[in-house]
Amino acid sequence: MSITETPATAEAAEVISAPMPGSLKLFWRGFSENRGAVVGLAVMLVLILLAVFADVVAPHSPIDQFRENFLTPPSWQAGGTARFLLGTDDVGRDILARLIYGARLSLVIGLSVVVLALSLGTVLGLAAAFAGGTVDVAIMRLMDILLVFPSLLLAIVIVAILGPSLSNAMIAVAVVTLPNYTRLVRASALSELSRDYVTATRSAGAGTLRLMFLTVLPNCTAPLIVQASLGFSSAILDAAALGFLGLGAQPPTPEWGTMLAGALQYYQRAWWVLAFPGFAILITVLAFNLFGDGLRDALDPKLKR
Amino acid sequence: MFRFLLRRVALIVPTFVGVTLLSFLLIHLVPGDPIEVRFGERGLTPERLAMLRHEAGLDRPLWQQFLSYEGNVATGHLGESVVTHESVWSEFITLFPATIELSVCAMLFAIAIGLPLGVIAAVRRGSVFDYGLMGLSVTGASMPIFWWGLMMILVFSVALGWTPVSGRISDQFYVEPWSGFLLVDAWFSDDAGAVRSALSHLILPTIVLGTIPLATVARMTRSAMLEVLGEDYIRTARAKGLSGVRVVVVHALRNALIPVVTVIGLQVGTLLGGAILTETIFSWPGVGHWLIESIQRRDYPVLQGGTLLVASLVMLVNLGVDLTYGFLNPRIRR
Repeated sequence: MSITETPATAEAAEVISAPMPGSLKLFWRGFSENRGAVVGLAVMLVLILLAVFADVVAPHSPIDQFRENFLTPPSWQAGGTARFLLGTDDVGRDILARLIYGARLSLVIGLSVVVLALSLGTVLGLAAAFAGGTVDVAIMRLMDILLVFPSLLLAIVIVAILGPSLSNAMIAVAVVTLPNYTRLVRASALSELSRDYVTATRSAGAGTLRLMFLTVLPNCTAPLIVQASLGFSSAILDAAALGFLGLGAQPPTPEWGTMLAGALQYYQRAWWVLAFPGFAILITVLAFNLFGDGLRDALDPKLKR
Repeated sequence: MFRFLLRRVALIVPTFVGVTLLSFLLIHLVPGDPIEVRFGERGLTPERLAMLRHEAGLDRPLWQQFLSYEGNVATGHLGESVVTHESVWSEFITLFPATIELSVCAMLFAIAIGLPLGVIAAVRRGSVFDYGLMGLSVTGASMPIFWWGLMMILVFSVALGWTPVSGRISDQFYVEPWSGFLLVDAWFSDDAGAVRSALSHLILPTIVLGTIPLATVARMTRSAMLEVLGEDYIRTARAKGLSGVRVVVVHALRNALIPVVTVIGLQVGTLLGGAILTETIFSWPGVGHWLIESIQRRDYPVLQGGTLLVASLVMLVNLGVDLTYGFLNPRIRR
């Protein structure tokens, strides 16, 4: 039975994937021209691996307290030990382990925020573009109102209402970035709506929902992918800022921003408690930004300089 | 031009009403009854609570409360702090100069360094300098500034001892607060030590708050310059035999500045958001520090009024940028 099926499946797969290698290769050629973007991608992959295999890679548990090792310096400094490569914090937790588990948290934060904001923004943007009139004005005015607040301030206010926690911080950051996605989807959908293929599909009898999600949306994906990858970095950054202010993840969660908040009082005598978590944030955000810039150049040659 | 102006100003009204609605809802959405928060839960009998709620109008329908809130906002009554019992407006206006002083210095820092760097990168497009600057600019834009500030303190204040850690001026100096801008006040106090102290307190916060705008300005200047440098009139100017510097500075930069000025104007929101973090790190007694403290003290009227004031400010600045842009570029006055 499998003998008769295999050729057909293989053929079908070939037909489906035939245009893919070409466009993928084309994309990769454009993308890999940008060395920064490739470095960003590599760092991202390392972070993802660390996050997935945190249980295996991390030398200790992120919340285990080694009571005889408070504020141990990194291993290369006097007083450091190879047991704690990047030293320990004020209650004897291994900083390297916390950073590795923090990578998991940061990626989850970035992903959740982007998925939340992207899906809500897509629906709102498409609704505004398709409905027009009052609905359009109402949605876009609402987005204008959200944009008037400095993003961090709005996130702070939302957390003040919902109460400080990691999930509330993620909701706050998603709301703050919502206008970007909504505006982007609306603008690209509007420019697609005047195209002939949309008119053709409409006159063939396609319903509004089908037009929205199956006809128009797939043609708006390029700018959305770019916005999503850049949104990933700003989500991580904003969530870390909230954590730093005590409004995001709560201790002992090994979130990078929260780790910095707890470390403030030790800056005189334990630089490592401060330096490493922030550096991890910087590297992660930078990697996603470089990757996003590369994506934009590769997906939208018009913007390339 | 007049119609354009009128349209823009008219557009701002619904946005403003929406902003006040959001800030009105804030006080109703935060956990806890406003009266209980104000008077504490001790010794408040149910009858007294009901009376106080009636006095404050909290037993009226929500839309009536909103209308009276709108009336209060329109007449400048933003409520008073639960903690200090001062009016929110007077607290804001006392602290605001500190934030302006810091923000203006940060913006000047960003422009003074970012503009020339962006121009040079555009002129030497594809050079090592160009790549280096663009790399630095992405890094700057990715910076978690709360960490950046801590690192600056670690290096320049703790290790090197060059700059003070926090505050606006050393305790040993007293400067008569006249304008609220300490640098200006210190200057007119004729006390060279006070000026030096105020300056040294300002340096690190300025750099920290200015980092992201600096990255943005450099990037924006470069791309605007690249666009302009490719235009025909630049080739004409070069063909006339004008010197390279003159073409770049007089012919190209003037036109490249239009989008750059817009971007600078739109940085105000970023700047005020960044001020929250910067002021928290450096204990800078400004509006951002005040707002964060208001959350920690559950002083919700302050958070409400302060948020409304900051949002209104951003709105006004954006309007100003819009109008300036319309003034500079007649094509968008539709």
